Amino acid sequence: MSETQNFVEVRNAQKQYGALEVLKDISLTVERGQIVAIIGPSGSGKSTLLRAINDLDPLTGGEVWLDGIQVNKQLPHRQYEKHINAMRQQIGMVFQHFNLFPHLTVRGNVTMAPKLLKGITAEEADALAEEQLAHVGLSDRIDYYPSQLSGGQKQRVAIARALAMKPKLMLFDEATSALDPELVEEVNLVMKKLAEEHMTMIIVTHEMDFAASVCDRVLFMDQGVVVEEGPPEVIFKAPNEERTREFLRKHLAGGK
Amino acid sequence: MDFDLMLRVYPFFLEAAWVTIELSVLTTILGLSCGALGAAARLSRHWYLRALGAAYVSVIRGTPALIQLFILYFGGPQIGIQLDAFEAGVIGLGVNIGAYMTETMRGAIIAVDRGQTEAARTLGLSRFEAFHKVTLPQAFRLMIRPLGVNINALIKGTALVAAIAVVELTYTAQRYIGSTYKPFEMFLLSGLLYMIIIYSVGRGIAWLDRKARIT
Repeated sequence: MSETQNFVEVRNAQKQYGALEVLKDISLTVERGQIVAIIGPSGSGKSTLLRAINDLDPLTGGEVWLDGIQVNKQLPHRQYEKHINAMRQQIGMVFQHFNLFPHLTVRGNVTMAPKLLKGITAEEADALAEEQLAHVGLSDRIDYYPSQLSGGQKQRVAIARALAMKPKLMLFDEATSALDPELVEEVNLVMKKLAEEHMTMIIVTHEMDFAASVCDRVLFMDQGVVVEEGPPEVIFKAPNEERTREFLRKHLAGGK
Repeated sequence: MDFDLMLRVYPFFLEAAWVTIELSVLTTILGLSCGALGAAARLSRHWYLRALGAAYVSVIRGTPALIQLFILYFGGPQIGIQLDAFEAGVIGLGVNIGAYMTETMRGAIIAVDRGQTEAARTLGLSRFEAFHKVTLPQAFRLMIRPLGVNINALIKGTALVAAIAVVELTYTAQRYIGSTYKPFEMFLLSGLLYMIIIYSVGRGIAWLDRKARIT
């Protein structure tokens, strides 16, 4: 196939675990600077799709493209490792459970990958850490260890860590699901700030209000297929599909 | 109890304790090396290395250490392996404890949350870099205490080499019983020295563990 015009393109993504089909022929395009939310019930395959984009969960069929380069290229093992490591440097990812490195300080978490992979000096690394932490509002926590931070602070450090690699694309896998309700807002604010800076983002979320307020487009997934997609006004206010309506009814009625 | 006798033979026991310490140190070094190799094999991407590691662990843990020592020391010459008693002791005990250390190290490595590797790989680190910079430093902290348990067992296990006539604490006690007929005093003396060694090592391990703990 020829290269794509779209910034991010997922073509006919399929994922099978034995007989279980988790993703059934999913396609998705994201333009540069766009923010796309993926919603859906648990087990719908939304996290699997997100994790396929940086090949953390390799697809069993289909292609993922980023900025004209195929991410999940078929290559011999060694070449593939080199290729995927280079691709992943351009794709930031934020996890539900933060996955900060507990043996490193906040500074260490933010600068480890740039120091190792981009060969920046100690002074450059310090400047980078200060810049990225200022960006998420945590300059005063630079020499703390992750265990000394609140959940919201941990997630903001995790975002700073991802941004320190200067990625082209950010993936958020339920970034606020593990947080106490009062800590969700500080993380959402950081994500909104990224949106204003036109970072391209794909966000798997359970927070409909947040999806409605920052996203350009919403995908509703169920049982491994995209049931419906469109602008948030349509998906949240006037969905076409019964399954979407039912999901939203449960989800919006369930408090929050 | 014959304290005079104990005081008289005490210097010889100190010398023997030194042999026990030498044995313990060398065995620890060899055991840690075998353990690291064994754990690497057991966690390898290649099935044949995993099988080799698993075979090492089950053969060694499935047979008495004394039999392993006898095979090496008495059976070795038959297949062209000539070792003196001390060498056979170090190699036999080291390879033996290495199997236990393999499992300790492997356990510590797989106890590090998978999400840590995922986060590192997501940033663009290679498998090796992620292991070296993220998994291993955390696994080290987890393995200090259980390796301490292995080392404790190893020090006591050095008593086995008395059976191949290495002149260490246990053998020395037996030798002096032969001339003094005072087993109670002689074994008490060597037991006491074992305890001092083991207690000191235990304190050292606890100190390391405290120092390595993540704040």
